[in-house]
Amino acid sequence: MSEYFHSVTLDKDACRGCITCVKRCPTEAIRVRNGKAQITGERCIDCGECIRVCPHHAKLAVTDPLSSIERFKYKVVLPPPSLFGQYKRQEDLELIRAALRRLGFDEVYEVAAAAELVSDATRRLMEQGTLNKPVISSACPAVLRLIRIRFPQLLENVLPLSAPMEVAARLARDQAVSETGIAFITPCPAKVTAIKNPMGTEKSSVDLAISVSEIYPALLSAMNKCAKEGTGPDTAQSGRTGLSWGNSGGEAAATFTVRYLAADGIENVINVLEEMEGDRLSDQDFVELNACPAGCVGGVLNIENPYVAATRMKHLRNYRPVACNNIEGKAIPEEILWDAEVKPISALRLDPLPQHSMKMMREIEEIESKLYGLDCGSCGAPSCRALAEDIVLGHSTEDACIYLLKDKVEAVRASMLSLKLDSRDKSGDKPCV
Amino acid sequence: MSDMSGNSLHYHYIVPGDDFTQAGAASSAVKQILKQLGLNPQTIRKMSISLYEGEINMVIHAGGGEIDVDIDDKKIVAVLTDYGPGIEDVDLAMQAGWSTASEQVRGLGFGAGMGLPNMKKYSDELIINTTVGAGTKVTIVVNIEN
Repeated sequence: MSEYFHSVTLDKDACRGCITCVKRCPTEAIRVRNGKAQITGERCIDCGECIRVCPHHAKLAVTDPLSSIERFKYKVVLPPPSLFGQYKRQEDLELIRAALRRLGFDEVYEVAAAAELVSDATRRLMEQGTLNKPVISSACPAVLRLIRIRFPQLLENVLPLSAPMEVAARLARDQAVSETGIAFITPCPAKVTAIKNPMGTEKSSVDLAISVSEIYPALLSAMNKCAKEGTGPDTAQSGRTGLSWGNSGGEAAATFTVRYLAADGIENVINVLEEMEGDRLSDQDFVELNACPAGCVGGVLNIENPYVAATRMKHLRNYRPVACNNIEGKAIPEEILWDAEVKPISALRLDPLPQHSMKMMREIEEIESKLYGLDCGSCGAPSCRALAEDIVLGHSTEDACIYLLKDKVEAVRASMLSLKLDSRDKSGDKPCV
Repeated sequence: MSDMSGNSLHYHYIVPGDDFTQAGAASSAVKQILKQLGLNPQTIRKMSISLYEGEINMVIHAGGGEIDVDIDDKKIVAVLTDYGPGIEDVDLAMQAGWSTASEQVRGLGFGAGMGLPNMKKYSDELIINTTVGAGTKVTIVVNIEN
């Protein structure tokens, strides 16, 4: 897999070259060039904002079709907590579990169950007092990638534990027979990227990522059939703690710390990270950050309105015990710990050599001072500043700015008008003397 | 805003007074530039924290002012100039927890008396020139280490 695999991709035929996504991208990773949007892989964090805002549905998330599970002899499915908020008329977790088995999965392993183990591990690590405070959650892959690109200094505050999806897959893998395929039902493109291009480990234990929107209709019809026939004994694996991870604040509350903060929505997340970088949140113990509004229930591949889903999950949680999973013994199992370092990504610096960067920055300032500062986006960049950067980096030219171009045309017109043409007679006759 | 004289980068910012919604805008802009220059994260951190504190001080105590930032390959120098009341006792102002901020300002979460001490802590050099009744000029120097 290439270093910059991304789930978020473009449907070129559907793209009309408008700048809606360009303006909304939190890392300024998109430009419109030759009438089509282009994503800079190095800067993209797969947050899915462009998918959310594209009026022409030209931004897609690459996921696996439901039929792809047929490749495997033994099929395990990992439903995330947020999936349980997607459907109406659900009394318990068992209906979705039964419906997933009916769709052909041999085993259902709730990600919420693994989340409870991650919560337990978090509490243990925080009690040991060896983590840098405030501790930042590592569960949202879009946020983790954002930190690697824009806030690399804060990597030393990130909780060095695998996300519940990964932990669930590893535990399922440990128990599974050969020829097992593990499919995660994903609410967002960032999780797909985290499977193909993992952080904190070399290779993900998840084989497939099927989107909620892909499985939604099939699962609904299976749920209806199961509801008629009865679902059998309750085999649900997770309690309130794990299920609450689907909403913003759930993970933070499960740390049992008093001073915690939970922010959701990518702009809010960036603001909180700015505060942390300025050392202005040092009174907090734990900071939970989710790129999507309301948390994973707000994932762009979900069907239900995030706040409706969150309310449903609250009702579902009421009938569950506090937690169903705890770490046995003293040590934190290796399945939960990171086994690879998460490094900064230098996608923002202009050049590896500071002297070169200084020179380029001077050129950027010079070009920016010539631009009109309207941030109109007609050049395909999100702002005049971004265009100046693109020009210096060799990705664009001053002619991309329609206002500069207009000035140029105006100058040409003026010089045309000022020309005093010699009115030589073209007939060829010699002038009379 | 900037000019291109010599081999350094120069930026000029105007800090509006008593506008807490915009407080921190200049230090945030400088931080972004330092990140693009690819400087050592520790250098960026030192400059952005001390400049933020200085900027907030201008808003709280001096009715705003101006900030000039010069960056060359050896150091970053920020000069914060205001025409506010000045500081009566600089030694006292440098003590952690000491502040003349109003109750209203404290209610907003500012004025904890950590501004100048933090600027001292995070900068490599801090020079304060102040005249009571005329204003204050604070110079923050952070050396660039790579």
